Amino acid sequence: MAFVSSGYNPDKPMSDRISDIGPRNYEEFLPPVIKKNFGKWLYHEIIEPGVLMHKAESGDEVYTVRAGTARLVTTSYIREACAIAKEYCGGHLRWTTRNNVEFMVESLEDAKKLKETLNAKTFPGGSHMFPVGGTGASISNIVHTQGWVHCHTPATDASGTVKVIMDELFEEFTSMKMPAILRIAVACCLNMCGACHCSDLAVVGYHRKPPMVDNAYLDNLCEIPLAIASCPTGALKPSKMELPDGKTVKTIAVNNDRCMYCGNCYTMCPSLPLADQEGDGIVLMVGGKVSNRISNPKFSKVAVAFIPNEPPRWPTLAKVTRKIVETYAAEAKKYERLGDWAERIGWERFFEKCELEFTHHLIDDFRDPAYFTWRQTTNFKF
Amino acid sequence: MAKHPTPLLDQLESGPWPSFVADLKIGAENRHKNEKGLELQIPEDVIDDLLGVLELSFKDGTTHWKHGGIVGVFGYGGGVIGRYCDQPEMFPGVAHFHTMRLNQPSGLYYTAEYLEQLCDLWDFRGSGLTNMHGSTGDIVWLGTRTEQLEEIFYELTHTYNQDLGGSGSNLRTPACCLGMSRCEFACFDAQKMCTDFTNEYQDMLHRPQFPYKFKFKFDACPNGCVAALARSDFSIVGTWKDDIQIDQEAVAAYVGGEFAPNAGAHAGRDWGKFDIQAEVIDRCPTGCMSYEGGKLTIDNKECYRCMHCINVMPRALRPGKEKGASILVGAKAPILDGAQLSSLLVPFIPAEEPFDEIKEVVENIWDWWMEEGKNRERLGETMKRLGFQKMLDACGMEADARHVQEPRTNPYIFWKEDEVPGGWDRDVEEFRKHHQR
Repeated sequence: MAFVSSGYNPDKPMSDRISDIGPRNYEEFLPPVIKKNFGKWLYHEIIEPGVLMHKAESGDEVYTVRAGTARLVTTSYIREACAIAKEYCGGHLRWTTRNNVEFMVESLEDAKKLKETLNAKTFPGGSHMFPVGGTGASISNIVHTQGWVHCHTPATDASGTVKVIMDELFEEFTSMKMPAILRIAVACCLNMCGACHCSDLAVVGYHRKPPMVDNAYLDNLCEIPLAIASCPTGALKPSKMELPDGKTVKTIAVNNDRCMYCGNCYTMCPSLPLADQEGDGIVLMVGGKVSNRISNPKFSKVAVAFIPNEPPRWPTLAKVTRKIVETYAAEAKKYERLGDWAERIGWERFFEKCELEFTHHLIDDFRDPAYFTWRQTTNFKF
Repeated sequence: MAKHPTPLLDQLESGPWPSFVADLKIGAENRHKNEKGLELQIPEDVIDDLLGVLELSFKDGTTHWKHGGIVGVFGYGGGVIGRYCDQPEMFPGVAHFHTMRLNQPSGLYYTAEYLEQLCDLWDFRGSGLTNMHGSTGDIVWLGTRTEQLEEIFYELTHTYNQDLGGSGSNLRTPACCLGMSRCEFACFDAQKMCTDFTNEYQDMLHRPQFPYKFKFKFDACPNGCVAALARSDFSIVGTWKDDIQIDQEAVAAYVGGEFAPNAGAHAGRDWGKFDIQAEVIDRCPTGCMSYEGGKLTIDNKECYRCMHCINVMPRALRPGKEKGASILVGAKAPILDGAQLSSLLVPFIPAEEPFDEIKEVVENIWDWWMEEGKNRERLGETMKRLGFQKMLDACGMEADARHVQEPRTNPYIFWKEDEVPGGWDRDVEEFRKHHQR
């Protein structure tokens, strides 16, 4: 492969450089019916799973067909979506904040044809390319992260766990049988890039072993004070040690008893790796939400302290997830989010109904606020 | 014939949900076919090697990307996430596998023409793998080599009028819900504000000058479709100040069963006939609604605008006409001090172009946090360390009961010296004249 220049001159890097132009203006990309009725929508209806209708003051209607995607997609896939948009939607399409793709048309008939077309497209192996759904009281797409595909700090994989859970709960994507929407998120370490701290159900990659210290290299590769300051529990301190070759180096001492394996020191310092096949796995959290509907936004809480990594199909994760979802669906009242339900019945009842073991790992012990999560009342259920 | 056997990944090709493995295999195949006869600028087998290294991770349960990576384009301090494989001999196609963040159009609307142009460029100079989209909002281009970064940036800016997004200790790429483009709940033009703020603060976005990262998100109503109050340091959430607009005839149509509650969101299950008392009046968190004699009334003074009744009866109820936004600040993920949702700072602020009132708040906060924030301390943590009151001072704002969920329970109260008659400069000898040792 021969190098092909774009016109950029590496000898004069700053000549002819364009910068600070920002994104393309969204107005360039709006479908005509959207542009015409911008800010003048009257109401909407969910016609059927995956199909929305918006009515404008002008009487105009726009029908939106929503389809799931894997988020990690090739240009081949994007071109396929573009081809559909060109055939049905005048070449317009959009993505959602949960990484579904939406196609807009101006009649119900076109929307139904489009839904049929989208549902008929499959990959080799049989999975859907554009399954239609994700509207109303359903389980829509899983907001997720990079995992083993691109990141250096994960404790689990994102694309794999997401595929497993969505396969397990696929019927809930294509129907609207839940008491309320149930949002699932996956983050492969507790940096929680994305939405894990505020989702109905969240999968978080977790380590269970303190970092290894690469003493011979640490002082050359790390700013030691930065690594020390990165620890939420003060488990690290600067130290000196003698290497086998007799050389004394500056390094970091890890107090294993104070380390809770968050991995933040590795983020700061390449000489403190901690990934481990048996140690690493998943923490399952539940009950978070971001909307202000009825109850205030909530953080998700730890429901399962550890589920092992079981690639490629993570069967334990799939099973536990399904059990929680089914119990919530059967027990919660209409409009009740998972966190609303758990708080109403009490967490002691949540664990009983979902058949989850309550272990010491679930009791907060992080600084002052931990106290407020214990139970300062005799109001509990047997 | 695939370059590497992938027996574990192959098991993710079955099942109904779109398989990223199946898609990647198609992408790999298309690179080998190269029907357009492109002079591919990075290895033809980049996707094969990505599948190979991912299979290895599935086998040994650990990542195979080296720590960190510092690459970019001249003039900017961010926008590209460098990444190198820790088994480059086994998987040379992904020895360099850098991510480029492209700033997405607000609301994520596209034309096929534009996306295809971007795909042409990325097939030619990158892996052809993407994330649509990154959690912060960017179009993510997954996998290219260092020597291609400037070439790609040159073509993006010169040919496509398209800039990079943000990374590092700076303003990250702002994002919004789809706002007024296709939602009757929108209380301000989230897309316009998002685009305007992104353009106004380009320098902050491309050149890190903050103690740590800082994010803007714009939700046009309290439903939070872009999760602003959970996922941005500066969260703007649309709201209104006057009365909810009620169409009594439409209310009757809901009660009569002509209109489906919640626009049909629960149609997949039999929840019984719509019961306005049980589903709306009794669920109202402030108890400010009543339905008597076929008439719905709302004591708007007591309404806190949670959206529930509007969500349930979108054809009968609409937000008020005096629209604007609330500003909440400080959301972040757990590291270091614990997760935070944003806290209310400005209950109501106008949200019309050119958004000067909101920008004044932004800039006051930046002036304070850029000076006082510690290295790698998010705004939310600076607020916790120095106190909410310090931020109010920095913004020149008065305290308001709306700033708290509840007043403090401990009496460890600081006073400013000038609030206390006589000040703090006292003479113990004077005290002793009245109080013997």
